[in-house]
Amino acid sequence: MSAAQSSLPRDDENGGWTGAVRRAVVRRLPPDELLPTHQPSYVRSWTYLFGVITIAALIWLLVSGTILALRGPQWWHHSTSGKFVNSLHYWGVQIFFVFMVLHLWAMFWGAAWRHGRGLTWVIGSIIFFVSIPAAFTGYISQQNFDGQWIAVNAKDALNASGVGRIFNPLNFGQAYGIHVALLPIALVLLVAMHIVMVRVKGVVRPLGAPPLSTDAEASQ
Amino acid sequence: MRRPLDKATYYRGVRMVPYDLVKELVFASAAVLIVIVVLAAALSSPDVPSLTIARWSQEDPVDFVTTATAELAGSSDSAQYGPPYNNGDGAVQHLWFLHPQEWAGVHYGVDTAQQFVLNPLQQAATGDPTMASALSTYNGADSTQQAAWSDAYATALADATTENGRVSVTTGDYGPLPVMMNRLLSLAQSGALDGLLLVTGNFYETDYTKPLLYMGDGGYLASLAENEKLTGSQWGMMNETGRYPGQTWLWLFTVWYQVAPFNRVHGFLGVNAANADLAIIFVMVVLSAALVAVPFIPGLRDIPRWIPIHKLIWRHYYAEMKSGHDPPA
Repeated sequence: MSAAQSSLPRDDENGGWTGAVRRAVVRRLPPDELLPTHQPSYVRSWTYLFGVITIAALIWLLVSGTILALRGPQWWHHSTSGKFVNSLHYWGVQIFFVFMVLHLWAMFWGAAWRHGRGLTWVIGSIIFFVSIPAAFTGYISQQNFDGQWIAVNAKDALNASGVGRIFNPLNFGQAYGIHVALLPIALVLLVAMHIVMVRVKGVVRPLGAPPLSTDAEASQ
Repeated sequence: MRRPLDKATYYRGVRMVPYDLVKELVFASAAVLIVIVVLAAALSSPDVPSLTIARWSQEDPVDFVTTATAELAGSSDSAQYGPPYNNGDGAVQHLWFLHPQEWAGVHYGVDTAQQFVLNPLQQAATGDPTMASALSTYNGADSTQQAAWSDAYATALADATTENGRVSVTTGDYGPLPVMMNRLLSLAQSGALDGLLLVTGNFYETDYTKPLLYMGDGGYLASLAENEKLTGSQWGMMNETGRYPGQTWLWLFTVWYQVAPFNRVHGFLGVNAANADLAIIFVMVVLSAALVAVPFIPGLRDIPRWIPIHKLIWRHYYAEMKSGHDPPA
């Protein structure tokens, strides 16, 4: 053993709070589980592509949205390149929602919440409901006629429910800030949680697959 | 307490196959990029220019003056709206014992007469003795006299004519209103009113509540929206300008506005068109909560077993099982 190696403190079993956190993370999120190289054969169904396409669309939404935010809210109205990036963002939203809804339906009909995956479903459905105001604040941040009309109309439902006190759709600054910062951060965190939960738990067995003689199967 | 299964146990009896998740994500990202680039290049995106008060007052001066008169008289939708804008009750909704709009209270303090008409005119009156005199006459009159002038002028506006962008009405006792309203119309047509409505004393402004409420009270904005099939009765919540898809994912929210009791005057069980917004939000909150809690609701969570669409999702797996080609790993 070299002197350099022996001079390093030994990374022993204890390690205080840091060691405890590290062991907990590795125990709950082992790398082999997060990025496995093999999957059950039933994952070879085209319905499993809906989820990954949704994530891909979200990636391009974040990329195009970042460019739009960097250039500022006037850019997409007055330049060809701005209009093009805005169009990427617009069609990215459409792809994102179409495939998220397809993914949601595929998971519903596969009863994907079985075998201890209830929380994964809950987080996934919350992602859907967070995506709706994320898109909505984007629509009213368009700074065009559609944005004006949506804001004027949406105010009545928001005000009737009392939400109008904390969120005013006629306030562009408020809607824009929520759209470019708060809701994307929430979405990315929720999607990350959702993916980690799917990877850690694995993909649920098909309905009618040979039963597991375990408590987990019995509790589905 | 039941322990969660490790994956080896969970996947027992299932054939494991090589699967490259990262490669899948990269290919999916490339495919999505190609699709959105093609769509963006071929179809662009909707961007109908925003409406300004200047354009509204130029295109339809009578509608603008009629709306401004209602704002001054306190009879417009915004003037009578209620929380969160003011203490009116024109747009206040409640459902059974639920009064969330009133519970939330007034938050923005919208006074249409002062903020939409009198304050802009006051600012424009500097160096304009005619305008200053008209404002002085109006402000010096009692509320009964002001209401009489407003009612008479509003009635006359129904038969108003326009010439060179000016609004003319038949002769009558309107007090200073014709002078005030034509000055306000000039301000609006020049674009000054768009700016005056945003003035709060701060240099930077991003809150368009007042001009949007103003335009929403008029008929011109709604007529443009109707042309674009954006009104509530046209499923407007999920539509976009032009032939572009809008927020189609709001279809379930939108559909309720098209059916009874939400679109009926008298309705059912206290639900009607007057409180449709609140009732529909209530319905959607219940449905959304049910969707989130599907795994924990007996009956709802059993639907996938009763309707075997999963046989389509996993048809290759079931075929392999049937042919005996999916032995334990």
